[in-house]
Amino acid sequence: MILIGERINAGFKDIKAAIQNKDGDVIKKWARIQANCNATYIDVNLGTASNKPEDLCWMIEMVQEEVDTPISIDNNKPLMLKEAIKVCKKPPLINSTTAAEDKMNELFPIAAEHNASIIGLVMDESGSPTNAEKRVENAGKLVAKAMEFGLSPEQLFIDPIIMPLKFMQEQASEILKAVSQFTLFTDPPCHIVCGLSNISSGAKHKALINRVFMAMLIAHGLDAAILDVTDEELINTILTAELVMNKNIYADSYIEAFWKK
Amino acid sequence: MEIPDVKEKWTGKINEVTIGATKDEGGTRGKAVTIGGQTTLSYLTFEGEIPHKPVIAGFVSDTPPDWPDVIKKAIGDEINSPVEWAQKNVEEFGVDLISLKLIGADPTVKDASPDECAKVVEDVLKAVDVPLVIWGCGDDEKDNHVLPECSQAAKGENCLIGSAKESNYMTIVAICKADKHKIISEAPVDINIGKQVNILLQDAGFDLKDVVMYQTTAALGYGFDYVYTILERARIAGLKGDQLMAAPQLCDVAGETYRVKEAVADEDILPGWGSLEKRGPMWEAVCAATYLQAGADLLIMAHPVAIENVKRVIEEMK
Repeated sequence: MILIGERINAGFKDIKAAIQNKDGDVIKKWARIQANCNATYIDVNLGTASNKPEDLCWMIEMVQEEVDTPISIDNNKPLMLKEAIKVCKKPPLINSTTAAEDKMNELFPIAAEHNASIIGLVMDESGSPTNAEKRVENAGKLVAKAMEFGLSPEQLFIDPIIMPLKFMQEQASEILKAVSQFTLFTDPPCHIVCGLSNISSGAKHKALINRVFMAMLIAHGLDAAILDVTDEELINTILTAELVMNKNIYADSYIEAFWKK
Repeated sequence: MEIPDVKEKWTGKINEVTIGATKDEGGTRGKAVTIGGQTTLSYLTFEGEIPHKPVIAGFVSDTPPDWPDVIKKAIGDEINSPVEWAQKNVEEFGVDLISLKLIGADPTVKDASPDECAKVVEDVLKAVDVPLVIWGCGDDEKDNHVLPECSQAAKGENCLIGSAKESNYMTIVAICKADKHKIISEAPVDINIGKQVNILLQDAGFDLKDVVMYQTTAALGYGFDYVYTILERARIAGLKGDQLMAAPQLCDVAGETYRVKEAVADEDILPGWGSLEKRGPMWEAVCAATYLQAGADLLIMAHPVAIENVKRVIEEMK
């Protein structure tokens, strides 16, 4: 499972304050915590704290001073991305493009040039899809365009766009249907990723909803997620779901082995 | 239309494990032997690198094993002396290492004392200059007394010592850490236990980069396919990035082959099966060569004809 740590995001007050005060220790602290929880990528999101490329670069540098985990650059502005990607020591994950023609034409070449991976959201000019068919159609556009620019399937992460269970209850099953079909585009398949916490947005039992939906997504072929990597029960659910899907070899101490790594 | 590239892209690498230490490295071996390091399945060199070819360790035991006379005769009278047997293995059979089994320590065999066993280790180390694999007798309680003495006697020689099991690993971890040896992690034809033993070794503070996995080899006809698929599945997991399964793997081909009817019973018992003189080594060689395809990195072998034939197979591997 590719775990993308979500915590260095200006949506969190401590991160927003850290960006504004240039307090690198807060960024480093969360980089270390998430790396210790086996994050595969550390997502870095400037949010509304600033719109300056140098602030995004500073955040990435702070993370890289502390850990050597690759960066997920949570930004879709080409100018910002081009600057940010230059400071990344390892090939980053670009988060994200949509399936809109102009966006793909702008962002896929940047990913290809830097050997980066990129998340493709299955929305297009007409907005977010509301059924499985539209999701699959947009995913098809992403796959075809990514290959046109020379990206390998492993460099493309398709995001089915998770919608809140509380407000759009019929969407969850459409998402699962779509995810199953994403696995069929290429061999080897593209990665399939999601921003997990959207599913529980506004709900009372957030952690439980996240866990259950995560297990179901894994059962349908999802292999990456942007999530709270420190949520031990969620991660243990993922480890178990992956065993159920025969993605890893079972051992009695599979949980302990993961957390000890 | 362009033909699609269907090559596997592996992300992991099998650990490189070096056995034996030369004078420069604090030991007395003529040269060390390195196994592992692959980034592809065996033979499939177009999908990755295979930096080290598989190696053969010559089977030696402190007490002659309970094998048919025909097989023992092919090895020679030297089978009665671990020192001479080891020398013959190296000088005449051309093996890369010696695998020394202290079966005499077994309370039901000779109940040899830890000191006696350590003396055999010392003598074999003096007699040959290839790296050494050292095994206890398989009786956990006795091995916990025997192996520390043997490990101490071989200190600095960077031996491969076995075996650590789910039920019995703490002593081996302690001695191998103290005396700087490598460990064989053993599981009873069970990939899940194999992984579990590795987790236990890691938890006990042993570096998995110094481990060779052993899935209690089965001889042809007796669960051979189970072991074959386990070796292959473990290797695929390792190549996919599962660090707990990225260790090289060994097979005790001789030890298992000469326990099965087809490799020990002569024509008087198995009419129409051909003479044991030929069939025994053939059984051993076929087992060994097939395990090479599954991903075995170290084969323990005994019969000179089988060794000769499997060496040829290894030479022809890319």
